[in-house]
Parts: sequence; structure tokens; C-alpha cells
Amino acid sequence: MQMRRMNNSNLLRAPQMLLVIFWSAAAAAATDPAAPSISPTNIFAPASTPAQSIFGLSLFVLAVTAAIFVVVFTLLTYSVVKFRKRSTDDGREPPQVYGSNQVEVAWTVIPVLIVVALFMATARVIASVQKAVPSSNAIEVVAIGHQFWWEYRYPALGVVTANELHVPVSDDNHPRPTFIKLLSADTDHSFWVPRLAGKTDLIPNHPNSMWIDPHETGVYLGQCAQYCGTQHAKMLLRIYVQSRDEFDRWVQEQRQRQPSGDVVSEGQRIFETTACVNCHTVAGTVANGRFGPDLTHLMSRDTIAAGASLNTPENLRLWIRNPEAIKPGSLMPAMELNEQELDRLTDYLETLR
Amino acid sequence: MSTDAIVLPRTEPLSRPLVDTLHEWVTTVDHKRLGILYLGYALLFLVVGGIEAGIVRIQLIRAHNDFVSPQVFNRMFTMHGTTMIFFVAMPLVFGFANYLVPLMIGARDMAFPRLNAFSFWLTAFGGLLLYFSVLGANGLYGAGNAPDVGWFAYAPLTSRTFSVGHSTDFWTLGLLVSGFGSIGTAINILTTILCMRCAGMNLGKMPLLVWLNFVMSGMVILAVSPLTAAQLMLLVDRYLGGHFFDTQAGGSAVIWMHFFWIFGHPEVYVLVIPAFAFASEIIPVFSRKAIFGYPVMVAATICIGFIGMSVWAHHMFTVGMNSNANTFFVLSTMAIAVPTGIKIFNWLATMWGGKIEFKTPMLFCVGFLFQFLVAGLTGIMLSAAPFDWQLGNSYFVVAHFHYVIVGGILFTVFAAFYYWFPKMTGKMCNETLGKLHFWLFLIGFHLTFDFMHVPGLLGMPRRIYTYEPGRGWDVWNLIVTIGVFFQALGTTVFVVNLVWSYFKGRAAGPDPWDAWTLEWSTPSPPPAYNFVSIPMVKSRRPLWDLKHPNDPDWKYE
Amino acid sequence: MNAASTTIAEQRSVVSRPARGRVGMFGLIAAEAAIFTIFVVAYLFYVGKSLTGPMSKEVLSVPIFYTICLLSSSLTIHMAAKALRRGNIQGFGAWWFATIALGAAFIYGTATEWHRLIYHDGLTISTNLFGTTYYSLVGLHGFHVVVGLMSLSIVMALTLVGNVRSEHAERVDVLSLYWHFVDAVWVVVFTVVYLIGR
Repeated sequence: MQMRRMNNSNLLRAPQMLLVIFWSAAAAAATDPAAPSISPTNIFAPASTPAQSIFGLSLFVLAVTAAIFVVVFTLLTYSVVKFRKRSTDDGREPPQVYGSNQVEVAWTVIPVLIVVALFMATARVIASVQKAVPSSNAIEVVAIGHQFWWEYRYPALGVVTANELHVPVSDDNHPRPTFIKLLSADTDHSFWVPRLAGKTDLIPNHPNSMWIDPHETGVYLGQCAQYCGTQHAKMLLRIYVQSRDEFDRWVQEQRQRQPSGDVVSEGQRIFETTACVNCHTVAGTVANGRFGPDLTHLMSRDTIAAGASLNTPENLRLWIRNPEAIKPGSLMPAMELNEQELDRLTDYLETLR
Repeated sequence: MSTDAIVLPRTEPLSRPLVDTLHEWVTTVDHKRLGILYLGYALLFLVVGGIEAGIVRIQLIRAHNDFVSPQVFNRMFTMHGTTMIFFVAMPLVFGFANYLVPLMIGARDMAFPRLNAFSFWLTAFGGLLLYFSVLGANGLYGAGNAPDVGWFAYAPLTSRTFSVGHSTDFWTLGLLVSGFGSIGTAINILTTILCMRCAGMNLGKMPLLVWLNFVMSGMVILAVSPLTAAQLMLLVDRYLGGHFFDTQAGGSAVIWMHFFWIFGHPEVYVLVIPAFAFASEIIPVFSRKAIFGYPVMVAATICIGFIGMSVWAHHMFTVGMNSNANTFFVLSTMAIAVPTGIKIFNWLATMWGGKIEFKTPMLFCVGFLFQFLVAGLTGIMLSAAPFDWQLGNSYFVVAHFHYVIVGGILFTVFAAFYYWFPKMTGKMCNETLGKLHFWLFLIGFHLTFDFMHVPGLLGMPRRIYTYEPGRGWDVWNLIVTIGVFFQALGTTVFVVNLVWSYFKGRAAGPDPWDAWTLEWSTPSPPPAYNFVSIPMVKSRRPLWDLKHPNDPDWKYE
Repeated sequence: MNAASTTIAEQRSVVSRPARGRVGMFGLIAAEAAIFTIFVVAYLFYVGKSLTGPMSKEVLSVPIFYTICLLSSSLTIHMAAKALRRGNIQGFGAWWFATIALGAAFIYGTATEWHRLIYHDGLTISTNLFGTTYYSLVGLHGFHVVVGLMSLSIVMALTLVGNVRSEHAERVDVLSLYWHFVDAVWVVVFTVVYLIGR
């Protein structure tokens, strides 16, 4: 009944326009080659072939969906504006149109063709990523997911470590991919380092595998991407992509066992007589627990508690004294040691280079 | 206005004891009252689920926030998802179906009125059982714990090893009980539609809402049952020492995912098809045109029903299925975009050449059209499996499905409330408050769910109680949280409108919107028996035929 | 706002629609079929995958007699429904009782088989994957038989006090639909457990 001049459809358009501007800006920013500076985990800044294949496919999919969006958005906006009831309306009903077979065929056939194109492009990338075969010089890693840390074993190289994965760089002249077998010791996890590959889950009794071939050295970040319990949020991933020499050196260092002489430091004695050895391994000593991370070369890592804290003496001491302060809900128990024992223990751990 | 119906004088006393009214409502088998009970129940839990979301968003407003502990956070997102799907969205769907289907087909009630009441109370008590976990999960002597395994409760996180105490059992049992209620209502709706249509209303003359609820009910019957089966298996594992999902005994965690998603994917079509139904009734009335392409709309919905049962593993692209399986599910998922897109085009064509009036129901439907378009397109992005290997389990997915459920379903649900409130209560909703609700909610929705896509693209996984600074996620999470306040404000305006209008709204009369389906031929609210005499219809729009005797629909259909 | 008349022409003809009871029962059967399908899928998926314990080949013996009992009960319930439609209450009662007896025999057979499996062969629901899937699937079916027997017994009791007449034939038909479904499920379970999975 009202005769409103400032009607709603003009106002309706404003937020929709903002939407369009926002999406365009976001897409432009995200696909910008300077993208890593926006985020170290930007999926649009690929640095490895699987991530790159996905990136290429995503550009195609984005282009198609953007085109569909523009067309339909325009038609919707046009109809909402053009066919609104005017104040000068004569009160009669508009002509009733019940349907049109030609129009229905048209807007069935065109989407079907679009689907076929999208499907073919997608099937190709699925095959290229999932059917890749390790080359003879590929690095093999077995990654075992735990609540809430990552165990890494290099069977051919004889290395066992935790939470910080080291791999060699793989450039076009010397391709050297890393193939990772994914297992789980408890519940479901997911390995996601966006700049290197899509995510693949670690599921108990269901081995999976993935591969990466990072083209540039550096540290790549990620984290567990399948809810696995209380500290799912702090099961972080750090992948160190190193030059050939650096990687070989790292491997050599990691293979060293800790010296075990007759004289054992006070800290080592505490370590070996408290429950620590039930969960942790220090190669070359009596400690050979498998429930928690291997600590043989603990000091070679930048972080502790799967990335929850930087690896400093203070943080390490706090972690042993009260893990709940750093990662509440983690499965590391508070060790009930007094201040002096904590000091000695931390000193000992600081020697595990 | 004069009718030829017999008007009986009021004989009841003007005020009755509250106990009598409550007793009437608790023991009712009237589909209209049960419908209203479902809707009231859903609105209550909408607020509860919204508070849970608010807590999640406040915790995530900045990196390393400590508003709640990780344990509480994990319970919040689990309860938010479970509540919204099972105790808000499903009751909304069944509430409107219950109220409208018998009226629209010219029937006096549903096929099985007592089963109807039983199903409602099963659903209602299922929800209460779920929430009792807050008190009782560790036994009454300890503080209880709400479930914290995520709304899809993946194995083996739900085994006794990793889910100590009883919180998971409350999740399982609460949903099991309400699942039986859902199946009961679906059987009821199906039977009502097949067996109780009035004369002249063959299947090709039913309102689209009725058709779509028919397809929805079929899907409930086929889809909720797998969840029931899986939950029974989980109970066998947890209480009888079974090994269905026990990976140590050779069992499979992946098979839980298959069973869950065989339920979970059709479930989202169960939720969205009634949203399509509301749009298909409201858009024509406010465009003053018949729905464009009725037969195609029916066919497309049936296609969606069938194809929707074959796409479930697109929720599992990252679990390590072989490339053939992945490729198959890419194809079926992309295929379902075709009939869904056809529906958008048909709504567009309905508005085309019409005379659109932007009353509140239509505002929400227009919002739905734009937002469902975006939701469908992000769905297409996710259907490309390799793209999903990046986007899956990230905030991009969370943004996508909230776009569908809030931007699509909730918007049409709001439209449906404004559209049918006059019929249910006899009063019009306040139009100013309605528009205020719309704009507040629109702003909040877009602030939250547009910007939520970005952290996903920048590598933020879902279900994390906190995140690292320096990942570039901070500012987006801040904007997302701010949007929540606008949505909360909008919802408050909505509830105020409902209450105010119930008492002070303008009298509505039988047909305030000049609409065309049978429910508008009854008084508002309809009497318990719905129709004085069962009508006979000749076309899809019986009231159009009456109002336009020189130009009735049945000449053209 | 339209003030047009809201009367609609009264229904003149009796429109034919399917019967509510049958359609509702078909809906229930569809839902139950979906539940059983998931249990069957789990059973087939886990065939041969048990890590320990008695295997199906070692301990299962094909229950031919009790299967014949159950499947014959479909025949007897069909005869019962026919008798009732013709008004032969005595005949109905006899055939109905036979159905209950055959169903009870089947349950007895299941019970003895389970007793042997548990106490003689050491197979329980928690022994291994085979135990879990076997007891769950056969147990779920058995549960549906028991529920069916309870319903049939209520009708038997009503018949004995003379409350069942030929006008109740349609309701009895609907109940017998459920019973036929339970028998059909047994055909599937029997095939999967004793033929395919052994």
C-alpha cells in the first residue's frame, strides 16, 4: 500500500557490490606472486609440484566460477531492479508465464558442458598427483602421527627424529622428491603444509602416502588438519628444505648416537631413573621409549612440543615442570621434580645436540 | 469479508487456567500445534547454539587468546554443530512441514497424528539428553562434560581409549533417540502426501512445497538410518567390546567416515530442500507470477535427491582413497550442480517480468538467491578434489557450509516465519522491525562469512582453539567475530518482533499476501479441523482460479 | 489484500488414494532396510579381516531347519490373512498361531546356536571382527523377529478374546507386511553370513 520512492532495491545493491569488490580484491591479492608475505601458509604461493598442480587447477576453477558469478549476479540484480513494483503501478497482475522448454534446455546444456570441462581438468590433476612414482634418488620418510606430535623415520638413512622434518631441495636440474608414508599411532591426523602440497590424512590401520619436491630452500609451516583431540591446535608442522650439502650434514649429525661413558651426569641420572625413559629415546643410552618424541638430538630443533614453544632453556624447563602451562591437555605428564632436579635435567638435555 | 463458511460463536471462557492450556499443548496431536512446538523448540536452541558459536568466535578473535580452555572450546564447537543441525535445522524443517503440508493438500491432519506427537517428543527429549551431558557425563558425582569429538565424531577418537567418560555416549544416544523421531516424522509426511491429498490434486498439482517435502522425507528415511546403524555400532564398540571401528583389532576408521557421510551428505539436502520449498512459494507470490517451470523444478529436485545419495565421499577426498574413487565422487558432486543451478535460474525467471514487492519475506528470499549462488560456487571449488586437498578441513569449508546453512537455509527460514506467521497467529509481523532484522542480519552474515573464506585460503585449519600469530590470519578472524554481534542483534530484533506482533500485531485475516495455495483459504489461525469441507482443486493455484475466474490456471497448465 | 470469496467447491467425488497403513509400513520397511544394509556392508567389508580368533568357516553351521521354519511362517501368515478376509476367524487363529510358533522356533534355533558359539567355540561379540559383525547382524535381525513376535502375540491375545473380525483384515495385512520384510531380511542375512562369508 505504501508509495515509497526510496525503495529497497537500491539499498539492496550496495552490499552486493561490496561483495563483488571484496572478492576481486581477495583473489587478486592471493594470487599475487608476492603472496608469501601475506602468509607463510598461503595456498596460492606454491613452492612444490603438487601444490603447483593444484594452484593451476584452482586458477581454472576460479575463472569459471567467477564468470558464472558475474553472469548470474548481473541477471539477478537486473531482475530485482527492473521488475520491482513501481509506485505508478496499475494494480493488475503481470502476464503469467508458466515455463519455456527452450530456456530450460539452454540452461541445462550449458552447465553440463561447464561440468564436463571442469571434470576433465580435475581428473587430470588427480592422476598426476596420486599416481606419481618415487624416483630412484627420492628420499623416503615414514611419518607417524601421535597425539599431539609428529614422528619421522628415514629408514634408508637410519634417522629418527620428531616434529621438524628436514628434506633436500629439489630443483629442475636435480630433481629429488621426498615421498612420505603416513601412519598413525592413535587417532586421525592430517599433514598439511599448504605451500608444498595438499593435505593427506594419517589414519590408523590405513597407510597413506604423499610426496613433495620443494623448489626453494627455507622453512615451510603447516599444522595438523584433522581434529585429533585437545591439542589438535598445537600439533604444528615445520619442514626445513635444505641444500644438498646442508641436508647431508644434517643426516650425518642425526645418525650420531649420544656418547655413553661410565660417568653419567646428575641430569642424565635423573632422566634415566625417572619415568622419562618410558616414553623417550636417547640413542646410545638406556633410554629407548617410543611413546614420546625421540630426544637424541633435541637441541638441533628450533621448537619443542611440536612447535608450541621455542626451544630455549627456560621453555624446556617449564615444559618439564608444567606442560599444562604450554600445551594444556598434552600427554606429557608433569614430572614432579624439585627445582634443583629440574635445573640438572635441563642442563643434561641441553647437551643433546 | 464474507464467506459462505459457517461461523460458530465463541463458547469457551475468555481465560482458562494455565494448567489446562499447558496440558492441551503437551498432549496435542494437532499438526499445527506440533508444528509450532517444533518451531519454538528450534528457536530456543538457535539461541543456545548461537551462544556456543559466540564463545568459539570470541576465543578466536586474536592469536593465543585465552578466553576459554582448549577443552571447553572443543566442547563448544562440537555442541554448536550438533545442536544447529539436529535441534535447530531439523526441527525447523519438520515444524514447517508439519504445519503446512496438510493445509496445502486440503487435509485435516497428518496421516498418523499420534506418531506425529511421539516423533516430536522423541526429538525434543533427544536434545535434552544431549544437553544433560553437561551435568551427567561423568556420572552425577562429578562435573559433567559435553561431548568434544566434533559433530561428526570420527573414529577412533570416539573409542573408549580416546573418549574417556560418557560424553560421547550422550552424543550417540541423544542423536539416536531424535533420529527415530526424524524417521517417524518422515514416514508421516510421506504417507500424508501420498494418501491424503484432496480431490483433484494429483501429484502434478501439488504446491512445490509439498513436492519438495516429499523428496526430503524420502531422503530422511534413506539417510538417517545409516547414522542410526553407525551409532548402534559405536555403542557396540564402546559397551560390548566390539571392534567395528577398532583399528587395533583390524577394524577401520574410514568405514565410520563412509557410514557417517552416507548420512551426512543427504542430510544437508534434507535441510536445504525445504529452504528451496519456501523460496518456491514466497518468490512467486511477491513477484505476482506463477513459479516458472514447475515440472522442471520437480524433476530437478528428484534428481538432487537421487544424485545426493551418491556424492558422500567428497567429504573424504583427503583420507587416501584411490584416484578412481576420488574421480568418481568429483563427477557426481559436479553433476549435482546442474539441477541445483537450474533451480536458481527458474527462480530468476519467476521474478523476470513480474511486479516485485519487497516486503520482509521477499527481502530474505532475495538475499537467499544471491547467497545460495555464492555457496554453490564455493561448493564447485570444493568439488575439484585436488583443490579440496588444500581447502578441505580449513576455514574455507566452514565458510562454505555456513554460507549454505545460514545464508541459504536460515534466510529462507526467516522468510517463512514472516510469511506464515500471520496464518499461524492471525497477526501481521511488524514490517519495520522485520526490515531492521533483515539489514542487521545481512551485514553480520556478510562480515562473518565472506571474510571467513580468507583464513582458509591462507592455511587455517578448522577446529583449532587458537592459532599462531604471523600466519596472516589475525585480522580476518577479528572481522569474522565482529559480524557475530550484528547477527546476534538481528536475531534479537527477530524474537522481539515475534513476541510483540503476537500481542500487538495488526489483524491479518485469512489471506494477507494475496496468495494462491489452500492454506490461505482458511481463517487465521485455522480451526482445529482446518477446512469446513474438504476442498476440490483444478490447478496448482486454486485461489488464483477463484480470484481470476476468467483466467484460471487450469486453462494453461 | 484480497477480499475474494474463499470458498472452494465441495468435494463431490470420492478420490482414490493409497491406504495410509500400507504406505506407512512401506516407509518403515525402507528405513529398516537402510539400517540393515549398513550392517550387511560392514559384515561383508570385514569378511576375512579378523586378526585372531575363530573364523566363520570353523564355527558356523548352516541353520537349514530354522531357516525353513522362518520362511514357512511367511506362508502361514499369508494363509492367516486370507482366512481373516473371508471371515474365517477360527482358521485365522490357527494359521496365526502357526506363524508365532514357527517364529519362536527360529528364535530358539538362534539361541541354541549362540549358546554353542559362546560356550563351546569361544566366540563372543568382543572376540574379533567376525564375532562383532556376526552377533550384530544376526542379533539385529533377531531383535526384529522378537518385536514381530510380540506384535503377533498381541493380535493372538485379541483374537482369543474375540476382538478380531474380518473388518480388521487390512490392519492384519499391514502387520504381515512387516513380518514378510523380516523374512526377506533373513534371506539376505543368511546368504551373506552362511553362504558368501563362510
